[in-house]
Amino acid sequence: MPIANRPLSPHLQVYKLPLTALMSISHRGTGIALSAGTLYLVWQLLAAASGPDAYEIFQRFAGSWLGLLVLFGWSVALFYHLMNGIRHLVWDAGFGFTLEATHKANRLVLAATVALTVIAWVAGIAAWGIQ
Amino acid sequence: MAEKMRTPLGHAYGLGSAREGAKDWWSMRLTSLALIPLTLWFVVSVIGNVGADYETFATWVGSPIPAILLVITIAVTFHHAAHGLQVVIEDYIDVEWQKLTLLIAVKFGCVLLAVAGIFAVARIAFGS
Repeated sequence: MPIANRPLSPHLQVYKLPLTALMSISHRGTGIALSAGTLYLVWQLLAAASGPDAYEIFQRFAGSWLGLLVLFGWSVALFYHLMNGIRHLVWDAGFGFTLEATHKANRLVLAATVALTVIAWVAGIAAWGIQ
Repeated sequence: MAEKMRTPLGHAYGLGSAREGAKDWWSMRLTSLALIPLTLWFVVSVIGNVGADYETFATWVGSPIPAILLVITIAVTFHHAAHGLQVVIEDYIDVEWQKLTLLIAVKFGCVLLAVAGIFAVARIAFGS
C-alpha cells in the first residue's frame, strides 16, 4: 500500500477515547500516582523510626485536610490499580478477550473500585470514632 | 541515504535478540500476584492503625508479623514500581538521553526508597 493511503492511528486531540481505552491509560496513571504515593508511606515509617517528635509532624499533616485528601486520592488509585491489575492477570491467563467480556470487566472494575473505597473509608471513619 | 536503502531485516541483523523480555514480563506478573494479598493486608492495617499514637504505631510496626510483612510489601512494591515506571518511560520518552536519565533516576530512587523503608522498619523492630 502507498504510504499516503495507510490507515492512521486515532488522532488523540480529536478522537473520543472509548471507556476501555480510558481505563487502560488510567492503569498507567494510577501506577505513576501510586509510585509517588510511596513517598508518603516511607515518610511515615522514617518518622516513626526517628521518634515521637518526627512522628508528630507526620501525624499533623496526615490529619489535616490536605493529608486526608492525599490519602483519599491514594486509596482510590490503589483500589483501581489493584482491581484493574487483577483484570490484567486474567487477560494474561488467556481469558476475557471478547468485546462483551471487556465491557463487562470495565463495569466490574469500576464498581469494585467504588465499593472498596467506600468500605475502606467507612471502616476508617468508624475506627476513628471508636478512638 | 545508505540507511534508507537497507531492509528492515538488514537493520535487525547483528543486533541479536534481547533474550530477557520473558524474565521481565514474568517478574511483573509475579510481583502483581504477590501484591494482591499484601495490599489487602496493608489496607486493613492502615484502617486498624487509624488514630494510633506514636507508641501504638511503633509497637505495631515492630511486632514480628507486621514487621515481616511490611518488609516484604516494601520490597515487592518498589520492585513492581520500578518495573512499571520503566515500561512507561520506554513507551513515551523518545529522546535517548532523556530516557536514559529517567530510567537511571527511577531505578536509583526506587532502591533508595525501598532501603529507607526497610531500614525504618528494622530500626523500629530492633530498637535504635
